[in-house]
Amino acid sequence: MKRSVIVGLVLVTLMCCSTGMVAAAPTFRVAWSHYTGWEPWQLASDKGILKKWADKYDIKIELVLINDYMESINLYTAGKFDACAMTNMDVLTIPAVGGVNSTALIIGDFSNGNDGIVMKNGSTVGDLKGREVKLVELSVSHYLLARALSMNNMNEREMKLVNTSDSDIAAVFASDPNGAAVTWNPPLMQCRNVKGAKLLFDSSQIPGEIIDLMVVRTDTSDKLKKALVGAWYETMLFMANPGKEGKEAIQSMAKFAGGTEAEFRAQLRTTRMFYEPGQAAQFARSEDLKKTMEYVRSFCFDHGLYGQGAASKDAIGIQFPDGSTMGERKNVKLHFDASYMQMAAEGKL
Amino acid sequence: MKLVLGLIPFAILVGGYFMASHVRLDSNPDDKLTPSASKMVEAVHTMAFTRDTRTGRFLMLTDTLASVRRIVIGLGLASVVGLILGMDSGAFPGISATLMPVIRFLSIVPPLAVLPILFVVFGVGELGKVMLIFLGSVFVITRDVQQETEQIPKEQIVKALTLGASQMQVLYTVLLPQIMPRLLIAVRLSLGAAWLFLIASEAIASTDGLGYRIFLMRRYLAMDVIIPYVLWITFLGFCMDALLRLVVSWKYRWFVASQ
Repeated sequence: MKRSVIVGLVLVTLMCCSTGMVAAAPTFRVAWSHYTGWEPWQLASDKGILKKWADKYDIKIELVLINDYMESINLYTAGKFDACAMTNMDVLTIPAVGGVNSTALIIGDFSNGNDGIVMKNGSTVGDLKGREVKLVELSVSHYLLARALSMNNMNEREMKLVNTSDSDIAAVFASDPNGAAVTWNPPLMQCRNVKGAKLLFDSSQIPGEIIDLMVVRTDTSDKLKKALVGAWYETMLFMANPGKEGKEAIQSMAKFAGGTEAEFRAQLRTTRMFYEPGQAAQFARSEDLKKTMEYVRSFCFDHGLYGQGAASKDAIGIQFPDGSTMGERKNVKLHFDASYMQMAAEGKL
Repeated sequence: MKLVLGLIPFAILVGGYFMASHVRLDSNPDDKLTPSASKMVEAVHTMAFTRDTRTGRFLMLTDTLASVRRIVIGLGLASVVGLILGMDSGAFPGISATLMPVIRFLSIVPPLAVLPILFVVFGVGELGKVMLIFLGSVFVITRDVQQETEQIPKEQIVKALTLGASQMQVLYTVLLPQIMPRLLIAVRLSLGAAWLFLIASEAIASTDGLGYRIFLMRRYLAMDVIIPYVLWITFLGFCMDALLRLVVSWKYRWFVASQ
């Protein structure tokens, strides 16, 4: 019974802490994990930009780096954080399905080659037939694979999927003479560098579908939303600066991410960053986003990510900036909100 | 009375969980972190008694069989090899002098730390998983058996030899029956570690198994599946332990009496 005892204790303590958190004063906790498109958060903190904006709105923001991406989302969903960096797919399947009403506050970037399918002894998606494909199941990698297969009139049953942790996938791929893998950067870069490895498909072929966000609880303070958006776009100015300041910013982020400047720049090239709030707001308002979310929610429902008891992909409602909804209107748990990015674009923050 | 006292902590745990679960579900009925009992029953029903729509298999059964097979093969091999190595080096000083230093060294290497090397050597398929369990337990068992063998009074061996027994006869008719119950106890103690290695290996690259399912479900916080799985693993571990204990008390009554 030892294990269940520990789980029980952990749950009980989590419970106590989270109920205590609700009453907390104007300190907000923001979680993020390592990913090319999210490294600017560290920069915002290091440069004092985050503090500056928090002071402006008279709140405190505590930025916490969680080393494990999934853990950061789970902690946010469990109520330990007010905001968290995650993708459009994960915000739908974890917090939203878990009943946490969330808002996609900032559209930071979309993957434009940062996710890909690599294989040895093959060069087209069709060659995956009958092979063993390593990937983190039910992640954006799985989604990318599903999209690639449907574009080639194939389905998952034609291959064998092997759930492989992202920290080991590059090593596993390298040691397998007949390897095939779906993964994201930086492991994708390591896989591509393996002798005989070919990139079959990457996210630049489905641009704008794997989106990296800063997500907040919908009912959280307006001040937090404004402060985060303000700080983010001031940091973006820093990053986009072609001069010495920009170079320093890239170097410090590369170092923090544990790579070299060259590697980080290579990853930035396959990440479509929205440096300007106006562009991000426009992207949020575009019809393409609705199309993407339709693909994403179909994938999620078909793969059981809506959990036991969900009758259809309409069980969870998604609302877009123009007020239109997808799925159950009475159960909208994910909002795409362009208004704060618009405010940033108009200099009204 | 003893039984009632023993049950109190369990009751407190279960009660505490469901109270916390109730509080959380009251504020958010879709909360995934602390599912209610009915949610878990429903999940178990789907996992254990309904055919999976994609593979047409009963998932919990498939997972259990895969995991139990890995642990039985891995730990089984480890106990056979551990017995042979341990008994020989316990009985023959020459073998002991050659083998024991390296075995003592290897028994301290944490297998999880050299996992990337194990992948390359054994692959990430079934062999790699079984080898992780095997390598994680074999050296510890060997050391244990060796020590136990050395503690058997030398007089017995001398007596057998003077009565005309060959060395092989000494090993298999004098030593082995005395070592067997001790081996079974060593295996019992290795069970905990073996489960840990099993779950770890299934977390890395897998298509089935109890550890695989837990790591997969963790991706979307499906605690309604994870909690029953953890309880199931605990139950399986408990059964294996009980089974070994039963074998010892049934086949080696003299040993139990001497303890």
